[in-house]
Amino acid sequence: MPEQEVAISVKDLEKTFGGLKVLEDIDLDIYHGETFVIMGGSGSGKSTLLRIMTGGIKPDAGHVYFSGREISKLNDDEKESVKRRFGMSFQSAALLDSLTVEENISLPLREHTNLTPNVISIIAKMKLNLVGLQGFESYMPSMLSGGMRKRVGLARAIAMDPQIVFYDEPTAGLDPVMCAVIDKLILDLTKKLNLTSIVVTHNMESVFRVADRVAMLYQGKLLEVGTKQQIKNSKNEIVQQFIKGEIEGPIQLS
Amino acid sequence: MMQIFEHIGSAITRWFRVFVDFSSLFTQTIYWVIMSPIKKKPLHLQIVSDQMVFMGIQSVVIVFFVMFFTGIVLAMQSAPQLIQMGGLIYVSSLVTISICRELGPVLTALVIAGRVGAAITAEIGSMKVNEQVEALDTMAINPIRYLVVPKLIALFIMLPCLTVIGDASGLLGGYIIGVHNLKINSGLYIQTALKFLTLKDIYTGLSKSFIFAIIITMVGAYQGFKTRGGAVGVGRATTVSVVTSFILIIVADAIMTGIYYFSGY
Repeated sequence: MPEQEVAISVKDLEKTFGGLKVLEDIDLDIYHGETFVIMGGSGSGKSTLLRIMTGGIKPDAGHVYFSGREISKLNDDEKESVKRRFGMSFQSAALLDSLTVEENISLPLREHTNLTPNVISIIAKMKLNLVGLQGFESYMPSMLSGGMRKRVGLARAIAMDPQIVFYDEPTAGLDPVMCAVIDKLILDLTKKLNLTSIVVTHNMESVFRVADRVAMLYQGKLLEVGTKQQIKNSKNEIVQQFIKGEIEGPIQLS
Repeated sequence: MMQIFEHIGSAITRWFRVFVDFSSLFTQTIYWVIMSPIKKKPLHLQIVSDQMVFMGIQSVVIVFFVMFFTGIVLAMQSAPQLIQMGGLIYVSSLVTISICRELGPVLTALVIAGRVGAAITAEIGSMKVNEQVEALDTMAINPIRYLVVPKLIALFIMLPCLTVIGDASGLLGGYIIGVHNLKINSGLYIQTALKFLTLKDIYTGLSKSFIFAIIITMVGAYQGFKTRGGAVGVGRATTVSVVTSFILIIVADAIMTGIYYFSGY
């Protein structure tokens, strides 16, 4: 079981976009060292929740606490130091096209540390090694496959040795084998680097492979939170329909 | 009737919003130009020099051609009128002063707005739609400091340089028509040009190009950051960026010319 020390905590969160309530009454405690999966259909608000946790979007109401401090109340310098303890892997990998693989991974180190270029290069190679892409340092992102780009994105996310890594749809658009590779990487990195991982996905295989605990979001509300076994055995019809991917059921398709 | 007021109200609100957002981007950019060294944030000299090559050196040929032919046209268009007044020799001073004071800075800026302003919007816009701007932000790297500041510095240095090259190209065009076609003596052409050209003409022209550099970069960046909606959005933002830059360059030129005119310059 994961330790019960809270890594990030969300209280009474609300967010509205153009009159449409995207998130409502969200309460979550995510514990240090666990892999927490937020699942839900398209438009359920899961990516918005992730971005509120990383400080990218401001909530309309409610609070996000990291290390006991409320993120939205920090000034710019404090927010910057909090962000340095976060890593984020994007759905599209979001590597900078104009930089090589190594330069992409080095970028946060060059920006935030006083390390010499040689040391930065060694760290970048180490991180690349961790995601199994040694030898690709000088490649441009456009020369890599989708799976490789995601892994480079992952290497960049862990470049600054973060405490929490956020994954936005880490397996979207990948073949089943590559999905399994990415899932294994998420688990390995979480264990090896003693991280907290927060994964947003709607890939059910991934959910049950990586999760310690799972939260199901539906129409902006938290439907259920529990271990993956609890979610699997859930009595909630919406959760069951979502897990099984059935067309018939209570989920309203829009 | 109410509808008209509603339309006017919403238009005013929209424009006010644009103004506030644009001013905020501009003040943040200036903040980072000044604060980067103070806060010990690295200024990306490599990016600045790459941008200077792209914005400046790679624009020399197009600026040369545009201004060279403008000089030629100006000399050819003015010659018949001046001949009628018996003042053919004044082709020289007319071309020189109108190029240095007005056409050099403005046409160079318009060419660069089309070439560089569009590139700035397309680059930042596609980074925005591909989550790269958000990625910079989550890495605690300010996107304005990383993306806009190097471009502003590069164009602020390079546009006046290009304007000088543009001025020289225009003068060369006028000289070639004056000497070879209108048969004005070469020495006399240059002498007349210099007699009427003062240093003031050159620096009032150059001072405009600094302002134009700011307009092109800031409009390009603003439209880039505002981009939404994939490839179509990038295309739309790029068009809006170039058109807005063109209009603002002409308006700023009129304002600055007015200021120089009424203050006796």
